[in-house]
Amino acid sequence: MKRNEDTRVVVGMSGGVDSSVAALLLKEQGYDVVGIFMKNWDDTDDNGVCTATEDFDDVVRVCNQLDIPYFAVNFEKEYWDNVFTYFLNEYQSGRTPNPDVMCNKEIKFKAFLNHALSLGADYLATGHYAQVRNTGSSFEMLRGADNNKDQTYFLNQLTSDVLAEVMFPLGHMTKQDVRAIAKERDLVTASKKDSTGICFIGEKNFKSFLREYLPAQPGLMKTMDGTEKGWHEGLMYYTIGQRQGLGIGGSGEPWFVLGKNLKDNILYVGQGFDNDKLYSDGLIASDVNWINNMTEKTFTCTAKFRYRQKDSGVTVTQMEDGCVRVAFHEKQRAITPGQAVVFYDGQVCLGGATIDTVLKEGETLAYVG
Amino acid sequence: MERIYMDHAATTPMDKRVAEAMTPIFTEVFGNPSSVHAFGRLARQYLDSARRTLARSIQAREKEMIFTSGGTEADNLAIIGTAMANRDKGNHIITTMQEHHAVLDAVQYLEEQGFHVTYLPVNETGIVSVDKLKEALTDETIVVSVMYVNNETGVIQPIEAIGSLLKDHQAMFHTDAVQAFGLLDIDVNREGIDMLSASAHKINGPNGIGVLYAGDDIAMASMQFGGEQERKRRPGTENIPAAVGFKRALELAMEYKLVRNDVYEQYKQTFLEALANHNIRYYVNGDAEQTVPSIVNISFPGTNVETLLTNFDLDGVAASSGSACTAGSVEPSHVLAAMFGRGDERITNSIRFSFGAFNTIDNVSEAADRVAEIIKRLTNERRQET
Repeated sequence: MKRNEDTRVVVGMSGGVDSSVAALLLKEQGYDVVGIFMKNWDDTDDNGVCTATEDFDDVVRVCNQLDIPYFAVNFEKEYWDNVFTYFLNEYQSGRTPNPDVMCNKEIKFKAFLNHALSLGADYLATGHYAQVRNTGSSFEMLRGADNNKDQTYFLNQLTSDVLAEVMFPLGHMTKQDVRAIAKERDLVTASKKDSTGICFIGEKNFKSFLREYLPAQPGLMKTMDGTEKGWHEGLMYYTIGQRQGLGIGGSGEPWFVLGKNLKDNILYVGQGFDNDKLYSDGLIASDVNWINNMTEKTFTCTAKFRYRQKDSGVTVTQMEDGCVRVAFHEKQRAITPGQAVVFYDGQVCLGGATIDTVLKEGETLAYVG
Repeated sequence: MERIYMDHAATTPMDKRVAEAMTPIFTEVFGNPSSVHAFGRLARQYLDSARRTLARSIQAREKEMIFTSGGTEADNLAIIGTAMANRDKGNHIITTMQEHHAVLDAVQYLEEQGFHVTYLPVNETGIVSVDKLKEALTDETIVVSVMYVNNETGVIQPIEAIGSLLKDHQAMFHTDAVQAFGLLDIDVNREGIDMLSASAHKINGPNGIGVLYAGDDIAMASMQFGGEQERKRRPGTENIPAAVGFKRALELAMEYKLVRNDVYEQYKQTFLEALANHNIRYYVNGDAEQTVPSIVNISFPGTNVETLLTNFDLDGVAASSGSACTAGSVEPSHVLAAMFGRGDERITNSIRFSFGAFNTIDNVSEAADRVAEIIKRLTNERRQET
């Protein structure tokens, strides 16, 4: 086996505390560490300063503190073609995409991984909260030890082959540990705020961001039985189960988005968090990825339908057309087309898929998605 | 692993003799040259002596040399300073698409201030056309700025032809000579140059000092205020140790000019031949006849700049794409884009190697071996993928 000092590890560094500590830990373990910053998006802040420049400056400072070389690589074109275009298309279809899942699949663990390998790297490391386990015959992905930070949901499209070349140095740690190490070692990123939301939108207003790229088509809001409840600003601005921003007054329980009718540009709304129309008992998902080959046609496991949600029991059936049919053991609220469904067997993440269709008592919920 | 520096067009290692000339000045010649006492006068002597050496190297007069903080400031002052002071004569400025950003960003600023700017194209060999310049000239033209040697390709521009074209025109002719100064024979009178920028750290001198030659008769607005220094064109207490270092660096450059040109040409040929011997597919960008020996810009088909530069550095070869970076990532070269057009592959796969004092025949050929190994590995990987 190669000694650590002969093992080159490229660390994807964002300028945040997680990737900073990931690099620090690898450096302390004696690896030949190379820090690389990915520039995926060209944007300036209110003062006209390129936001990526600020983040890269932090990467530079941290790498100098750690005495490791640093570089940058530009994937703006790849990001635009593979992630942002998908993101816009999904919104245009009235769905709620997950660009982070796509970014991990197409950019970080494909384009960036290839870049790392072209630099003679043995491994690519990132600051994700997830763990890789070598079973001897394959590589599995386990949830991060920090339950609250586990990021396997976003990594569900990785495969055993990719995991063989990946390290997650923070996988066994809690965010608190990571912050403490950064602070103790006086890393400049120690108290930097965690990035929130989608990287290219940042702190900006989501609606005005989307408006720059997609024409909004205002239309009617209606209850499921056809009563008009005012106007919506464009279906793409709403997601299933959303409460905020509907602007429906009056008495009684709060109003929620129940679904969308894309053809007639209608947003369906209804009252009550637990509105029956928000509940479903199954789904069909495409873009199915199994981290390791899944031979069983039907099996039981747990699943997450959104990030940070608790697992729920499901029965998964692999279908002829490559999609999966997922039956919930308990009804689920606000299943959202475009989001990922991610499967687990205990601590092991089995893989995931993109939710296309939501089912209730065997019927497709036509108003969802 | 021995690191090999092949990026002298970015900056150069300081010559030890320059450092030696500067060292005593820091502690012994500390007077302010504007002071009316012996300490000040001593400092003033060193400053004037440096100014004289710089002036003579380009056949200019001592009082026509304005010390600045470097090439960027010299370019800025030349272009913005003269444009602002000559507004009454017109509002048109001509430059080229392949200038350094110290010029491009300065004229862009002037555009925002209401000036009209023409950006001349260059041909595929990286040379600006004098005929195109002739066509662009109007009665409104007040400044023409064309670089002496391009910093990315090393291509020498037709300065004398431009100078003679402008002889009977009101426009002032500025040239950014940062890559030519101390390496080529420059005569501002013969070549009809009104303003010329140069920088010390490109010729094994200290960082933080440059010079702007501006003919005696040039009306120029200052961009900073606060004193009488540099004939009010660039107020601020002078940097005597740096001026002494600049002088010494230039003396050495002039003394060894012929030798250096020969040696760098040898380095360039050694490097290119070694690549050819390794069967590397490459193209040299820019006119082969009209290029300084210290710079070679090479396109490696089937590769890309970022992967190349990172690999080179990890293997101890320091080169550059010659172009600006944002957030550490390399932007497509505006110079190569001007030569080849925006969509051309060469824009994304070309590297600038620049030779200088750090180099020896041995380390240049060692660098070529390392570069060749990397290119082979990358292009083989690429072939296997497809």
